[in-house]
Amino acid sequence: MSPATNGPAVASPLMPGPGTAGTWPGRQSPAGGGLPRLLPPAGQPGGDLAAHLGRHGPVPYRGEAARLIPEVRAAGLTGRGGAAFPVHRKLEAVAAAGQGRAIVVGNAAEGEPASHKDEALLRLAPHLVLDGLQLAAEAVGAARAVLYVRRDVHAGTRLEEKMTQRYGRGLDRLAVEVVPAPARFLAGEESALASLVSGGAAVPRFTPPRVFERGVDGRPTLVQNVETLAHLALIARYGPGWFRAAGTPDEPGTMLCTLHQADGSATVAEAAFGTPLADLVSLSSATAVLVGGYHGAWIPAAQASRLRLTNAMLRPLGAFTGAGVLAALPADRCGLVETARVARYLALESAGQCGPCLNGLPAVAAALAELAGLASEGGRGGGRRPDSRVVSDLIRWAGLVEGRGACHHPDGTVRFIGSALRVFEAEVREHQRGRCGAGSSPPFLPVPAGPSTDADWS
Amino acid sequence: MTTRVQVNPIACSGHGLCAELLPELITLDEWGYPVIADQPVPARLAREARRAVTDCPALALRIAEAW
Repeated sequence: MSPATNGPAVASPLMPGPGTAGTWPGRQSPAGGGLPRLLPPAGQPGGDLAAHLGRHGPVPYRGEAARLIPEVRAAGLTGRGGAAFPVHRKLEAVAAAGQGRAIVVGNAAEGEPASHKDEALLRLAPHLVLDGLQLAAEAVGAARAVLYVRRDVHAGTRLEEKMTQRYGRGLDRLAVEVVPAPARFLAGEESALASLVSGGAAVPRFTPPRVFERGVDGRPTLVQNVETLAHLALIARYGPGWFRAAGTPDEPGTMLCTLHQADGSATVAEAAFGTPLADLVSLSSATAVLVGGYHGAWIPAAQASRLRLTNAMLRPLGAFTGAGVLAALPADRCGLVETARVARYLALESAGQCGPCLNGLPAVAAALAELAGLASEGGRGGGRRPDSRVVSDLIRWAGLVEGRGACHHPDGTVRFIGSALRVFEAEVREHQRGRCGAGSSPPFLPVPAGPSTDADWS
Repeated sequence: MTTRVQVNPIACSGHGLCAELLPELITLDEWGYPVIADQPVPARLAREARRAVTDCPALALRIAEAW
């Protein structure tokens, strides 16, 4: 699979924007509804400070805590890490609880193997993220700023060099500490992040208290995905009206998506909320689309062709915009086999702290592997019929883990598997007879090679 | 005010004592971990519920106001 690239800004926004003038005097904002907003236009440099300052100017500090928050509320910015939580509410909560002790963390753990958008953003527009981190820190009156970056991405982005440059030029008010994140699926979960940055292992904890009340080192902690911070940095410059010129009234703005096409290519692109899914992934050669990543849901291609990139349309189907992962399953692959491989990975990614997840996910994953014919390690079923009870066992175990973990890993995992059983119902029947329509194609959905070990949690 | 029994699934190590003390509200799954009924604690079971909380060897149960 190709690494993240600056793919085309494929989206056409629902509401063509008026291209309102920026709030930064003497500077034209990027065209209102025009894309891309976050990533530099194709062919233009973005990673270096001079290009960034030329495009966006210096960090537009507000001069006092909390002043930016009403603008973020008016913009309707939501978290881009997956949960789509309103950003202003977290800012308000941490500003109120912080009293000058708060900590701000930019989250680029990107533990989802199918997502590359945070990596692309840090490579192509790192200064927008760093601007947003400073502005968020000012807004909540934070005393400390951290950038939490997946270890392999950190190794290739020279972030410290860029921060030193910014700090030296007086752009940053708080020095930023980079904390490498383990490449685990759950490493970016807020409470796991807070645990690792506090010096522990990156495993979730039972809440409440929530991280915004008591997070890193027991202090009120604002955790925002790095893409969210980049949007924040643009809202601070160009205003809520500009931000709302793309997207829908209820889900304004744009989001970065990682698009896996049926031909095997993968790109990162910026799309407005409300963009037809068919404009993002080619559906003509696909049987189904995975929407929202490995805690998301499969949707049949014919149904997906009538859908847009909004939670209002996706949530009733058990999917969501999430962190923007869309994967169009090629017609020559079996969705059940693909799901079984990912389910095995997700079961291994359980932190192993909660009984129902520790026991239930491996049971669910093993039943699905047997059904899909993956029971022997790496091999296919070879026409052997699965046990007749395997589907009822699978459904019972899936029901048993739901809602019983400290985090949402068991819930997200069984939701993903449940969607596969519905969408690939015909394949389920074929597999029950010991047959699989797909050839022996290599895996389509990316799953990290090699088993994770306990040592990888920190 | 209604109350509910809650389990901290990280602290719980599946001793199963709670299901013996409060079988009306707590059953065990096939791995021995508690499944708590999705209902408030009725007044007649308040004493048994408190006992389940205090006797849990892992201190994994609590009684919380309904959320």
